[in-house]
Amino acid sequence: MAAQTQTVREQSVTSVEAAPSLWPGLWAIFVKEVRTELRTRELLVTTAVFALTVVFMFSFSFDPASEESRHIGPGLLWIAFLFAGTLMLEPAFLREQSNDTLAALRLAPIAPSAILLGKTLANFLFLSITEALLIPVFVVFYNVSVVSVIPGLALVCLLGTLGIVIPGTLFSAVTAHARMREMLLPLLLLPVLTPILIAATEATASLLSDPPEWPSMGLKLLAGADIIFLTAAYFLFDSLLEE
Amino acid sequence: MARGRALSSSPDIALSGDTAGPPAVAGLGIEYSAVEKRYGPIRALRPTTLEIHHGEFVALLGPNGSGKTTLLRLTAQLARPTSGSIQFRGSSGIESGSAARRRLGVVAHPTMLYDDLTAEENLQLFARLYDLPDAAAAVSARLAACGLADRRTDLVRTFSRGMRQRLTLARALLHNPGLLLFDEPTTGLDVAGCEWLAGELRHLHESGCTIIMSTHQGGEVTALATRTIALDSGRIVRDSRSSGAVG
Repeated sequence: MAAQTQTVREQSVTSVEAAPSLWPGLWAIFVKEVRTELRTRELLVTTAVFALTVVFMFSFSFDPASEESRHIGPGLLWIAFLFAGTLMLEPAFLREQSNDTLAALRLAPIAPSAILLGKTLANFLFLSITEALLIPVFVVFYNVSVVSVIPGLALVCLLGTLGIVIPGTLFSAVTAHARMREMLLPLLLLPVLTPILIAATEATASLLSDPPEWPSMGLKLLAGADIIFLTAAYFLFDSLLEE
Repeated sequence: MARGRALSSSPDIALSGDTAGPPAVAGLGIEYSAVEKRYGPIRALRPTTLEIHHGEFVALLGPNGSGKTTLLRLTAQLARPTSGSIQFRGSSGIESGSAARRRLGVVAHPTMLYDDLTAEENLQLFARLYDLPDAAAAVSARLAACGLADRRTDLVRTFSRGMRQRLTLARALLHNPGLLLFDEPTTGLDVAGCEWLAGELRHLHESGCTIIMSTHQGGEVTALATRTIALDSGRIVRDSRSSGAVG
């Protein structure tokens, strides 16, 4: 199998370039994603409406003012984030298929991981915006106060959102060429995101409890999962791009 | 037809520049050593040993499924050979795969352009990805050269097929590549579009660029080639040289 990777005989190479830098490519792809979304508004509008609908539906199913409902509120909130993220992440690489633009990105002299990380960063921004829209609605409907725990809640959302978008963007690349991809992405993604869901729900519940508790364990679990996901995605993505 | 007339009657549409002669480009040579590509049980390309010299204009001919696109994708490093190796040779010797990729331009039937970005934004994106030193000037020059300066702020989705193909070529030439790969570039182009493309290929070849173009059609574009390689069922069945119709 050595011949497979020996595209160029290194021993006789006279012109070798340093490994391409990560940041310029990452930033260029991030800007491209944001610019496209600002123009089309496909992802943000669809996802925000879907997430709001989920929160509304849950509020009709339970008595939002009851203690029990407030207790399960954080779980419902993170399920809404999770479903919204799944919906948002599916087109991340699908968009690159119509004109084979992924091939153009792969041809460019950038680190392949710049493609993944640029898209991940953009998805993080989009999902964070959706969450910022959703949390005030959740506060009103579920009669909870978050004013005193905004920094902690922001930290949980930051780590939890990273935990959703990093594997989500990677799996979006995996499923982009597959048949039944609409079903395949949730099937692959949701089991992997179970630790994120548990840790984020526990951390949010701790913050919203009376009196609020600092969710050290939940934050540690989220941070640990994020590091594992990011490391795995960084090293796996190059080989995923290969045929 | 109106599009065709617009293409053929635009005197300023010359991506490689024909007023002062095309700028010289150091072409890349390629050596394929027993390169084979399989997709599962399918042998898309049988073991192929081939040398393409810098500055050559090679036409890859053959029916659908003959291995033309596979050979181009292997050359572009978009696929890895199942066995064998590919070497790129510049003016100063063998170049690494990543160094060669920086000097590679690809034009295929898919435009490789973003429909929801403007012409200018598309070229700006690729100028940044190729880390061009004066990206704004390079983009402006390419847009002017392809006759799309007045449509620079229009979304690509509003462009005709001919305009998209011109912008595709502008994208591929943005970083002054030494090796250009064309995969069925005339697909979907009308007669005037094919004539325009032939003119561009002629200028690029004169500039010293190595060109490999796959097609299953003959015609003016193929007549420009200095070498014709015919493929069938993943193997080379004919390799002939000609003077080409350059100049």
